[in-house]
Amino acid sequence: MWSLLVNNWQTFLIGFWNTIWCSILALVFSLIIGSGFAILETMPNKFWRGVARVYIEIFRNIPLLVIAMIFYLVIPQFWVKMNGFTAGTIGLTLYTSAFISETVRSGIQSVGDGQMEGARSNGMTYWQAMRYVILPQAFKIVIPPLGNQFVNLIKNSSVLAFVAGFDLMYQGDVIASTTFQTIPTYIIVGIFYLILTLPLSYYMQYLERK
Amino acid sequence: MDFANAYSWINIHFLLRGLWVTIYVSLISIALSFIIGLVLGTVRYTKIPILSKVVGFVVDIIRNLPLLLIIFFTYFGLPGIGLRVNAVVASIIALVVFESCMIAEIVRSGIGAVPSGQMEGARSNGMTYMQAMFYVVMPQALLKMIPTLLSQFVSLVKDTSLATIIILPELLYRAQIVYSQDTRYMIPMYLIIAVMYFIVCFCLSMVASYLQKRFDTKTD
Amino acid sequence: MRKLWKKLVVVAVLLTAAVSLSACESYGQEEKAKNDVYDQVKSSKTIIWGVRNDTRLFGLMDIKKDRLVGFDIDLAKAITKQMLGKDAKAELFQTSSKTKIPVLKNGNVDALMATVTITPDRKKEVSFSKPYFNAGQSLLVPAKSKVKSIKDLNKKGMVVVAVKGTTAVANIRKFAPKARVLEYDDYGQAFTALKAGQGQAMSTDNGILAGIAAENKGYHVVGGTFTHEPYGVAVDKGQTKMVHAINKALDELEKNGTYNRLMHKWFDGIPGFSIKEAER
Repeated sequence: MWSLLVNNWQTFLIGFWNTIWCSILALVFSLIIGSGFAILETMPNKFWRGVARVYIEIFRNIPLLVIAMIFYLVIPQFWVKMNGFTAGTIGLTLYTSAFISETVRSGIQSVGDGQMEGARSNGMTYWQAMRYVILPQAFKIVIPPLGNQFVNLIKNSSVLAFVAGFDLMYQGDVIASTTFQTIPTYIIVGIFYLILTLPLSYYMQYLERK
Repeated sequence: MDFANAYSWINIHFLLRGLWVTIYVSLISIALSFIIGLVLGTVRYTKIPILSKVVGFVVDIIRNLPLLLIIFFTYFGLPGIGLRVNAVVASIIALVVFESCMIAEIVRSGIGAVPSGQMEGARSNGMTYMQAMFYVVMPQALLKMIPTLLSQFVSLVKDTSLATIIILPELLYRAQIVYSQDTRYMIPMYLIIAVMYFIVCFCLSMVASYLQKRFDTKTD
Repeated sequence: MRKLWKKLVVVAVLLTAAVSLSACESYGQEEKAKNDVYDQVKSSKTIIWGVRNDTRLFGLMDIKKDRLVGFDIDLAKAITKQMLGKDAKAELFQTSSKTKIPVLKNGNVDALMATVTITPDRKKEVSFSKPYFNAGQSLLVPAKSKVKSIKDLNKKGMVVVAVKGTTAVANIRKFAPKARVLEYDDYGQAFTALKAGQGQAMSTDNGILAGIAAENKGYHVVGGTFTHEPYGVAVDKGQTKMVHAINKALDELEKNGTYNRLMHKWFDGIPGFSIKEAER
């Protein structure tokens, strides 16, 4: 197994880097999109709540793999061409944003209406109250579940392998099919994933207990 | 586009049989991983010397790996130790192994969320640890866990699509077979399987949010 | 926080131990003599064949009947009966281009009849029978085309469509250096491009092209093969008894006419396709 790693370390590292890069991009964008829809969902306006609900239900109830395939194979046929990495990352972002939105929404709701009313009666607008009072508290509450979402996101980034996204899993497939050492290759791939996910999920357990 | 041709009865029938594979693989995996996850989670919470540590170690490793890797390990690895598995068995084993570890973690934190006074009270009333666990603590914990558990089950249903890689004849895989024979059917196929997955998962999600609401009003 | 670090270190140490242990074990397994596949299939009277399900004429899922059909499938069944007797069973195990070699290496299937090209690289990992289909690169053109062979394409302004990452691309550059090559992701896209007039010809294995020609009126295979890349039955490395048995069965099937009958059953009437050239 050691020689497998030594002979192919560049291929593994490219994959490792792409997995990290894709995860960071997807995390940042899904946080932005997810928080946006979470705010929409807690708005008094019924129409915007409905829009948010539809978005969340669609992306929460269709497999990530199907979403990624649609961005890879279907969208380019009548819109922009994109490579596997882009298609996979977009799919991952939208999929994760639905879950993040649910998490952030429960955070906002647990802060409570009283806070909002208090801030409004102090002369803040709805958006100011959201930005300076509600969201900071909400995020503090939801950090552990958000961390778990991030762990899931890293694991889910492996669907990039299906759309030739050159991530860790894809590179593993390439090495396995050229060296024919299937199991050892995937053990190495697994260790690379654990390097990313284990510390993160232990840290979240630690935060939860604190 | 060739929607009318793509949705011929032959193709739809072919897809529906895939939907059935998706559903029964999911159901078997949900049942087995719920039971195993319950046991693993309880063992881990109970802090039995050595055993709990070992279970904790294995659970942590498996739930931090992508399911796709677990699928590869079962499909390519099990025959190496003398067990020939077909795609259906391999998928079920992989899903059960992965999901029971995810559920074990939910169960552990669910039991942890039950106030410790409950356990102490039951013990002081003369119950053994096991009795207190099963009659007093576990029912309360389970009630709290229901929403999280159900959304985990929804994830499981969606995750069956990953088994296309080892040629499990489920929904996504069958859609790919249909459009590989006529590429004009690609868009209609993705459209219809997205709808089919959505219906199945949405129904499960609805059950989850219904139970959550019922549970919330009960405790208030 | 210190407790967290301690936990991580403990897990890392345990993991390293587990992995190195399993590495030793798998190494030990390779040392061990493998089961003899031939003895095994003989006693169970069943051969598990790895086959394709997405390759027209060779191994394709028939959606209407929900079963696999094609030359590979029929030949696999015929070899099974020839080798083990009339009551023997051929079990079909669907594989993809990604999974076919691993499922053979790990023993999930006994043999592969899945359009596997015999290459020196693969020969290091698996053993091949004699070729059962003389595949080679060929050309697909519209029926009215003036292109009759690869030589006609070696002119300025000629465009050939092919699939990314296959040896086909390199071969065109070698045999028709003046032509331009357009590369696509898969056969479907490449053929769509040919239909749209993006190129004068499409190039890949003759068997694959025959499959496209069989489905699409107005296109035919021309010029015969200009490379030699035959398909063989693959079995795990070192299963010499199984290879001999398969070769013997293939020879017998050729003698009694079954092989020829199957070739005609699947490849008759495909415009421009030469059965003679493809026969082993």
